[in-house]
Amino acid sequence: MTQSKISVKNLNMYYGDFHALKNVNLEVEANQVTALIGPSGCGKSTFLRVLNRMNDLIEGVKVEGSVLLDGCDIYRPEEDVVNLRKRIGMVFQRPNPFPMSVYDNIAYGPRIHGIKDKRKLDEIVEKSLRAAVIWDEVQDRLYKSAIGLSGGQQQRICIARLLAVEPEVLLMDEPTSALDPLATMKIEELIQALKKEYTIIIVTHNMQQAARVSDVTAFFLTGDLLEYGKTDTIFTKPTDKRTEDYITGRFG
Amino acid sequence: MNARLADKIATLTFWVGALIVILILGSMIAYLLYHGGKYISWDFLTKPAQAIRAGGGIGPQIFNSFYLLFLSMLITVPIGVLGGIYLAEYAGNNKLTEAIRLCIETLNSLPSIVVGLFGLLVFVNMTGWGYSLISGALALTVINLPLMVRFTEEAIRGVPASLREASLNLGANHWQTILRVVLPSAFPGLVSGAIITSGRVFGEAAALLFTAGMSSPALDFSQWNIFHPASPLNPFRPAETLAVHIWKVNTEGLIPDLRRVADGSAAVLILVVLGFNMAARWLGSKIHRRMTGT
Ligand SMILES: Nc1ncnc2c1ncn2[C@@H]1O[C@H](COP(=O)(O)OP(=O)(O)OP(=O)(O)O)[C@@H](O)[C@H]1O
Ligand SMILES: [Mg+2]
Repeated sequence: MTQSKISVKNLNMYYGDFHALKNVNLEVEANQVTALIGPSGCGKSTFLRVLNRMNDLIEGVKVEGSVLLDGCDIYRPEEDVVNLRKRIGMVFQRPNPFPMSVYDNIAYGPRIHGIKDKRKLDEIVEKSLRAAVIWDEVQDRLYKSAIGLSGGQQQRICIARLLAVEPEVLLMDEPTSALDPLATMKIEELIQALKKEYTIIIVTHNMQQAARVSDVTAFFLTGDLLEYGKTDTIFTKPTDKRTEDYITGRFG
Repeated sequence: MNARLADKIATLTFWVGALIVILILGSMIAYLLYHGGKYISWDFLTKPAQAIRAGGGIGPQIFNSFYLLFLSMLITVPIGVLGGIYLAEYAGNNKLTEAIRLCIETLNSLPSIVVGLFGLLVFVNMTGWGYSLISGALALTVINLPLMVRFTEEAIRGVPASLREASLNLGANHWQTILRVVLPSAFPGLVSGAIITSGRVFGEAAALLFTAGMSSPALDFSQWNIFHPASPLNPFRPAETLAVHIWKVNTEGLIPDLRRVADGSAAVLILVVLGFNMAARWLGSKIHRRMTGT
């Protein structure tokens, strides 16, 4: 059996006394899209943030169990968290471009990682913007603020910004929840294209979206990972009654 | 019905409160400008003061006020910003942080005359500098530092967490994130903070009486060697500021046109402070607009 890209074992996570993730076991294969679904507050965002240790920033958070990235535990004490976040990057629910020009937004990561050469940066910026299918819309306004763009454009800028640091895993937390259907469609197509090179985990409240873009689906309920498997199977023959209820909208 | 009535009464109360504040402040400013405004002239603003004869101006005092302000900001801003960054970004919830906050609160509520006397002991006597601009600047720093730290901390805390997270997500470390994302976003707040602090210092007299002193040497505005005793830029010369001048003229002035000088100076002072606060708002919003590109 080949090694999973990410392998989560007996993961428990607490916000203070609150038990937010309960004994989660999950394997994420490389170059696949994994969708996380489940009702609001079940711990999907929490789970994503565990994967690149964004929860380290919150006080009182406790993590037990192990999260292996290419077989290496990212919670071992000597782990380089800054480097980990370079390898596993997140796209947030709300687009959060920096209040800088489009160019500086994309060049931010590469500059941080020591690339100074102007031509190299130009190259990375164009390549990333093209990969995020936003190049045509912004090539004339690279040096204008990214804040002036529409929500959908901003979200693709954020994706491009992430691609510019060449992460291995993309975590996407409801990346299309603030977008209209057309912008959503563009992002979904983008996800399909990106999975050739990246491993993608996406949180979504939209069942059709999960069915359209993902290979594997995981269903969370109040901190438990109830069921996970091939998206086709989960959507046609779920084993758990609660999964079926949720997917068909008969929940609660 | 009841809720609507309560709402109306509450609104009215707030209006009356606001109106009283505006009336008090407005009438004070109007009073000062009415009594002093007519004395403001080019001569008055540029000529040196007189000790016993009539016809003196406040030129050197105005210069001293601005120069002293500049010197004190030169010390206050870097230290204050660093302190604010520390409190907003690095300080944990522990005893040390609590102690620091307590010190800042205390420092902030210290009467300025106490700061002045402390300055006399430490910056004037212990250092051997005597009454000097630099001693005054250090005393002003003591007064200003708590405010600057607090403004900085607030400005930094006001930066959306989402920007911080975005930066960390790209593999930036904490310091890179502060330097490249947090500080630029907090910059408008820092600028208005610095300017508002400046306005407060401009009106300060008590802390300066025994530090920067109550006299100015004859200044030679063509002497730009900053170590020359008559150079206006020499930080080791005594320097009476505008606020100190007002206090001195009012308490021990011998000049026959005392009212003219005192009222005129007061009007100039309030205009400058007003100008500072307006500049702070204007500059703050302008920078904000430029930086966010909206
Ligand atoms: N910083 C925090 N401190 C304490 N509890 C938290 C914190 N963040 C989240 N929680 C709790 O953890 C649980 C899971 O939250 P999480 O944000 O992961 O849910 P979610 O599945 O992403 O929900 P949604 O679909 O609404 O985004 C919730 O009950 C929430 O109240
Ligand atoms: Mg969420």
